[in-house]
Amino acid sequence: MSSQLVDRVMSKDIKLNKKRNLNGKEQFFLVFRYIALSILFVIAALPIYIMVINSVKGITGVTQSAAFVPPSHLNFSAWGPIWQQMKVPMGRTAFFVIQSSLISAIIGSINGYVFAKWKFKGSTFIFTTFLFGMFIPYQAIMIPLTQFNNWAHLGNTIYVLVFAHVIYGIPICTLIFRNYYAGIPNELIEAARVDGATMVRIFRTIILPLSIPGFVVVLIWQFTSAWNDFLFAIFLTGGSPNLAVATTALNFITGSGNQVYYGNNMTASLIVSIPTLLVYMFLGRYFLRGLLSGSLKG
Amino acid sequence: MNYRNLFADSDFTHAFSNLLKFTGVFIIGTLISGLIMALLLEKGIKGEGFFRSIYLYPMAISFIAMGTSWRWLMDSSRDNQGTGLNHIFHMAHLDFLQNDWYTSERGAMFAMALPAIWQMSGYVMALFLAGFRGIPDDLREAARVDGASEYKIYRHILFPQLKPTFLTVLIILGHISMKVFDLIYGIASKSYVTKVLAIYMWQVIFDVQDFAKGSAIAMIILLCIAVVVIPYLVYVNKTEEMK
Repeated sequence: MSSQLVDRVMSKDIKLNKKRNLNGKEQFFLVFRYIALSILFVIAALPIYIMVINSVKGITGVTQSAAFVPPSHLNFSAWGPIWQQMKVPMGRTAFFVIQSSLISAIIGSINGYVFAKWKFKGSTFIFTTFLFGMFIPYQAIMIPLTQFNNWAHLGNTIYVLVFAHVIYGIPICTLIFRNYYAGIPNELIEAARVDGATMVRIFRTIILPLSIPGFVVVLIWQFTSAWNDFLFAIFLTGGSPNLAVATTALNFITGSGNQVYYGNNMTASLIVSIPTLLVYMFLGRYFLRGLLSGSLKG
Repeated sequence: MNYRNLFADSDFTHAFSNLLKFTGVFIIGTLISGLIMALLLEKGIKGEGFFRSIYLYPMAISFIAMGTSWRWLMDSSRDNQGTGLNHIFHMAHLDFLQNDWYTSERGAMFAMALPAIWQMSGYVMALFLAGFRGIPDDLREAARVDGASEYKIYRHILFPQLKPTFLTVLIILGHISMKVFDLIYGIASKSYVTKVLAIYMWQVIFDVQDFAKGSAIAMIILLCIAVVVIPYLVYVNKTEEMK
């Protein structure tokens, strides 16, 4: 269970409360650890720090030599025009991301239910091929995918992205749900079966009501990866402005020709990152669970 | 035939060797920095939750967005013209550290691995933390009672237990590295010195419109991943069945 992994990651938080006197050597190590942790903190935070401070210096207030200096006063003049430019693409991203996350979560939960509770001959093999799906690089399926899109007349609509992310998300969603359902006791299912409940009915009445945390994990995972995806977006929409999504529109602003307008670039990058950062800040625990279940170990 | 032509194509071999360089630096760097983070936090420390969330946040942001910051940080102008890291080094009188970052032939892939290491270290930290904390405390206590030093406890008791975690980390980092695209495209676009297979494939398809060649490159990426991942999945399956 990946939730157990998360509990494990967070387990020392609680244990710390017991106080104990440290001897000299231990005290030295404690100070050393805090210094090392702080250095790593500065490195980790630096890119987002310069993004934030330079986005509130106004369009022309960004100078190279003062890049690391916070602004003397807040100037949001870059935000308005950038938001005007970004709101349609970001809305489009939200539109397809919500659909693709929901659909792949539903398919994943059904698959996971079968793989966890209704094992059949060969199910392990099929599950392994599903897992391999997680490792297939985007690049390998892009050309077949465009051919499929042309055949299904999905091209030039936003549904190409819904389709791509649903297909690509199925393996990880299946894995997360399978591991999640493996934690539900078999006796529960057996008892319902003895009472004559069918496979579908058990899913609806027993499994689904217990699935909410699993859905949160999967939805967050799919939301974050689809929101941040660039390769599918640029490839499947061919860079067409009518289908610009958050990342492709951002790349249009920050792309190679416009590298001098750092105020604008930083602002646009920050605006695009806000939704996923908010999710991370408020639902970090579920985000971590998704990450750890990607490591396969149940 | 397609494939034989590929290996005779100097652009392809250039991109391939760049990718291998990138993969090496990225895997070693991420492994080391993630492990250091995990070792610093592993015994529990006040404020751990705070440090953990800061180390992990890069995973939540798109590389097209973070590329803006990194392009700035790794700007190659120097001294008073410098921005980013060169500027910091100049201010700190560490001028020998100033360099051309991803614009020089020699150091390009090393520089390009930095943002990748920055992004993935937190993930590796989380995997190792889960690993460390899955080892029962009794093992450590017993060794301590027997008079083993902290170093020996890590070397002979904890690290051997973490072998599966090491393997998982290598597989995850390796397959991410082979398909890397956004990160490099977001910072250096299609620059020649930082070209890897995914970028080259992109050019072949969009700029040259040679779909057959593009597919061949994609298949090589897939093949490189498959030869490592399939045995790994078989192994994971076996160990799971034994449980």
